[in-house]
Amino acid sequence: MNINKPFAITLDVGSSLANRTGSWRTARPVYVDRLPPCNHTCPAGENIQGWLFHAEAGDYESAWRELMKDNPLPAVMGRVCYHSCESACNRGQLDEAVNIHAVERFLGDEAIRRGWKIEVAAPLSGKHVLVVGAGPAGLAAAYHLTLLGHRATIFEAGPFAGGMMRFGIPKYRLPRSVLDAEVERLETMGVTIRLNTRVDDMLSTMREGGFDAAFLGVGAHLAKRAYIPAGDANRILDAVSVLRGMESEEKPLLGRRVVVVGGGNTAIDVARSAKRMGAEEAIVVYRRTREKMPAHESEVEEALAEGVMMKWLTTIKEAGEASFTVEKMALDENGFPQPTGEYEKIAADSLVLALGQDVDLALLDKLPGLTVDNGMVTVDCNMMTGHPGIFAGGDMVPSERTVTDAVGHGKKSAKSIDAWLRGEVPVAREKHELATFSRLNTWYYADAPKTVQPVLDIIRRQSTFEEVLGDLDEGNALFEARRCLSCGNCFECDNCYGVCPDNAVIKLGPGKRFLFNFDYCKGCGLCATECPCGAIRMEPETV
Amino acid sequence: MAFQAIKFYQTGTFTVGNRLLDPEQRSVQADMARTNALNSGHRACQGCGEALGARYAIDAAMEAADGQLIAVNATGCLEVFSTPYPETSWQIPWIHSLFGNAAAVATGVAAALKVKQQKKVRVVAQGGDGGTTDIGFGCLSGMFERNDDVLYICYDNEGYMNTGGQRSSATPPAARTATTPVVGGSPGNVFGQGKNLPEIAMAHGIPYVATATVADLRDLEAKVRRAMEIQGARYIHILVPCPLGWGTASHDTIRMARLAKETGLFPVFEAEWGELTSRLTIRRKTPVEEYLKPQKRFAHLFQPLPELAIVARLQALADRNIRKYGLVEGGAS
Ligand SMILES: Cc1cc2nc3c(=O)[nH]c(=O)nc-3n(C[C@H](O)[C@H](O)[C@H](O)COP(=O)(O)OP(=O)(O)OC[C@H]3O[C@@H](n4cnc5c(N)ncnc54)[C@H](O)[C@@H]3O)c2cc1C
Ligand SMILES: Cc1ncc(C[n+]2csc(CCOP(=O)(O)OP(=O)(O)O)c2C)c(N)n1
Ligand code: SF4
Ligand SMILES: [Mg+2]
Repeated sequence: MNINKPFAITLDVGSSLANRTGSWRTARPVYVDRLPPCNHTCPAGENIQGWLFHAEAGDYESAWRELMKDNPLPAVMGRVCYHSCESACNRGQLDEAVNIHAVERFLGDEAIRRGWKIEVAAPLSGKHVLVVGAGPAGLAAAYHLTLLGHRATIFEAGPFAGGMMRFGIPKYRLPRSVLDAEVERLETMGVTIRLNTRVDDMLSTMREGGFDAAFLGVGAHLAKRAYIPAGDANRILDAVSVLRGMESEEKPLLGRRVVVVGGGNTAIDVARSAKRMGAEEAIVVYRRTREKMPAHESEVEEALAEGVMMKWLTTIKEAGEASFTVEKMALDENGFPQPTGEYEKIAADSLVLALGQDVDLALLDKLPGLTVDNGMVTVDCNMMTGHPGIFAGGDMVPSERTVTDAVGHGKKSAKSIDAWLRGEVPVAREKHELATFSRLNTWYYADAPKTVQPVLDIIRRQSTFEEVLGDLDEGNALFEARRCLSCGNCFECDNCYGVCPDNAVIKLGPGKRFLFNFDYCKGCGLCATECPCGAIRMEPETV
Repeated sequence: MAFQAIKFYQTGTFTVGNRLLDPEQRSVQADMARTNALNSGHRACQGCGEALGARYAIDAAMEAADGQLIAVNATGCLEVFSTPYPETSWQIPWIHSLFGNAAAVATGVAAALKVKQQKKVRVVAQGGDGGTTDIGFGCLSGMFERNDDVLYICYDNEGYMNTGGQRSSATPPAARTATTPVVGGSPGNVFGQGKNLPEIAMAHGIPYVATATVADLRDLEAKVRRAMEIQGARYIHILVPCPLGWGTASHDTIRMARLAKETGLFPVFEAEWGELTSRLTIRRKTPVEEYLKPQKRFAHLFQPLPELAIVARLQALADRNIRKYGLVEGGAS
C-alpha cells in the first residue's frame, strides 16, 4: 500500500466498475426481431421492412436484392399487387400507411434501368425440375429452384411467358416491356422457357425429359359459362378470351356499347379495356351490391372515374337483337339478392361474361395419387400434390388467386422441392412474434412534414394509374421508404444506447446493432420502453 | 428542426441517433466515443433520471470543452451514488465539498484557474434541487450576481431524494413527500409556495438560463453547447424524474419527463440576459391526469375519491405555463 497519500486518505482511488450492478437485475432486456405486420400479411412472404430499411438509406440496390430474395418480379408486383401489406401497415394507425407498392415499383424499375442482375451462388445439384406454365407461380418456382442450384425448365403452352400477367391483366396496368424485362432477367439467370410447348401428359413428359421433380402452375383459364337465352344476332363473349385477344393482332370486336357481367377485377378490366378500345359505353352488371363486389375498391373507383357505368343488384335475363334484358334484384332480409320481376332493356352490341375461371386438369388425367377438390388440385402444407414429387401452386390450387399468392406458392414449392430432392422434409422457419402497434413507441417518429405532403398525394394518386405515370420520382420513393416505422426490427436509432442510465448498452457500430453489458445492466427497462420499434423485450431473470 | 422541411429522416431528431443524418448532425450520446463521464457501476436506483441527466449534460459539456472540464458536486444522490469511498464513477476531474456550497466551490475553482492562467479549462457545478433551490441558494445567487464563469446545472427531481424524499422548494403542489403527509382536507404539498429557480436566475440578468428534461436529449445537448459558448454565470435546470421518490416504474422515467413537458407542467425554454429567447412547444397536448396518475406521490388525488378540484388547480398551473411561455404552436391553447 502506498503510504504517501493526502491527509486522511488511506485507500487508493478505485473505479465503480468494480461494482457489478448487474446483480440487482430481476428482468433482462433481450433484443428481438418481431414480425412486422406487412411481412406477416405478404402472400409472397417478402421481407418488406427489411428492404425498406435499405431503401431508407438510399441504398436501392441492396433494397432490391433483399426484395429479390423472395420475389423475382418486383416491377410487376409493384404495379399489380393488391398490397394487403398496406392495409396491415402500423403507420396506418398513426397517419397513413406507407405506400409500399410504390417503393417496390420504384426499386423494380430502377433494377431494370440499371441492369442489376442476380448471381446464382449455390453449387449445381445436377437435378432437373420441370415447371409447367410460365405464369407468376411457374416463374417464381423456376427462379427459386435456380437459386437453390437446380436446373429448371419451364414448358409453356402459350406463345409468350407471363400467364395471366400477359393475357389477363391489361397493359394500362402492366406495360409489357416491364414484364418482358423481368422475365428476361430470369432467363439470363439460367431459367429455360420453352414456349408453345403444351404438356398433355405429365408422367410421359417427365419420363421423356428425365425430370427429377415437377411444379405445376397452369393457372385457371377455362371461362365459367352461364346459360342466357339468346337470339343469334347478339355477341356473347367470355372475359378471358377478350383479354387474351387484346394481346393478339386482331383485337376482339366489342362494338360501341358493351355490357360486362360480373363483379370481380376481371369484369372491371374488361370494361376499362373496352373503354380504351373506343366503346362509348361500358356497363358492368352485377347481381349484388357495390360493397359485395369482389373487385378491388380502387379499381372500381378508377373505372368509375374513367366513365365505366355500373348497375348493381341487376342480373342478365335474355339476349335480344341489339339489346339485353336485365332484371332488377332486391336484397331479402338475410341480405341476399332476390329477383323482383322488374325488367329493363339495355341497348348493347356485345355482352362479356366475367364469371370466373376453372382449372383445365386434362394434363393430370392419368396421374396416380392426385386428388381434385372443387375443380382445384389438392396440395399439402408443403405444396405437394398427392403424387410424390409433383408440386403445384397458383390459381390451380385453392387460393386467393392473385399474382402475389402465385409468387409465394412458387417460392414455397421450390423450397419443398429442394428438400424433397434431398429426401428431406422442409423445416418451417419459426415465426417471430407479431410487432403490433401497441409494441411501438410512436413518439419518436417524425410527423410527415406538411411541405412534402402534397407531392405525396400526387404519387398516391398517380401510382394507381401506372401507365399514365412515367418513372416514380426518386425523392418521393425515398420519402415513402423513410415513413416506415421499422416495426419490430432494430433500425439503429441509438435510443437504447442513449437512454441507459448505466452505460450498459454497447454500440457495435453501423450495421452491427448493439449488445447489453449484463455486468452492469440493472434491468430498469428504459431501453425497452423507449425503443421506438419494439425490438427489445424484457424477460424475467431466472434465479 | 428546419432541415426536416427539406428532407424527412424517419425519426428526425427525436431519437438519440439517426443513421440517416450526417455524422456532424448526430447527438453526443449517439457517439461510440462519448465520454461516459458517469461510468457504469454507480449505485443509482434502476431507471434513475438523475444519473441519465448527468451523463447527458456532462458528456455534452466535455465535448464542448474539448475534454477540459472540472465538475464540482453538491451533496445529494448524484454525489452519493457515484462516489462511495474509495470508488468513483466519474471519468473527469470531480470535487465534492458540502451540501450547500457547490456554487461557491465552483467559483473558487474558476478563480484558481484564472490565477493559473488555465483559460481552456471550464468549470461546471452540479447539484440536486434541494442543494440548489434551498440550502445552496445563497451561494448560487452570489455566483450569479458576480457573474462568475461557471455553468451551474441543477438536476431537479423535485425533492430531497437521497434522504428519503422530503419536500424541497422545487416540490410541486399536491405531491406527497416524507414531510408533507396526508393531513386533513388538503393532502400533499401546499399550493402557492416554492421557488421557480429558472425565473429567479433570469431575474439576476445572467447571460444564459435554460430548462430541459431527460426526455429531449437533442434539446438538452444543444442547451449545454450554447451555455458552453458563453463566459460568465450560466444556469441549466434539468427535470430528472426519480422512480423511487415519485413512485413510478423504473422504465417510465423518460415517459414521465416527456409528460411533464407535454402537459405544460414543466416549461422548457431558454433565456439570455434575462429575456426569453426560445421555448419548446408541446407536440401532443396532454391533460395533467395522464402525468399524475402513474405517480404514487399523487395517488391520493385519485383514490379513494378523485380530488377533482386539486387536479383542476394543477391543470390551471399547466395552462398558465402554456399561456405564459407560449408552449402551444400558434399562441393560445
Ligand atoms: C383480367 C385479370 C386481371 C387480374 N389482375 C390481377 C391483379 O391486378 N393483381 C393480381 O395480383 N392478380 C390479378 N389477377 C390474377 C392473376 O393474374 C392470377 O392469379 C395469376 O396470374 C395466377 O398465376 P398462375 O401462375 O397460377 O397462373 P397463370 O398466370 O394463369 O399462368 C398459367 C400459365 O400456364 C400455362 N399453361 C396452362 N396449361 C398448360 C399446359 N398444359 N402446358 C403448358 N403450359 C400451360 C398458361 O398458358 C399460362 O401461361 C388477374 C386475373 C385476371 C384474369
Ligand atoms: C448541511 C447538510 N444538511 C443535510 C444533509 C443531508 N442530505 C444529504 S443529501 C440530502 C438531500 C439532497 O437533496 P437534493 O439536493 O434535492 O438531491 P437529490 O438527492 O434529490 O438528488 C440531504 C438533506 C447534508 N449532507 N448536509
Ligand atoms: S433516489 Fe431517485 S435520484 Fe436518487 S438514485 Fe434513486 S432514482 Fe436516482
Ligand atoms: Mg432532489
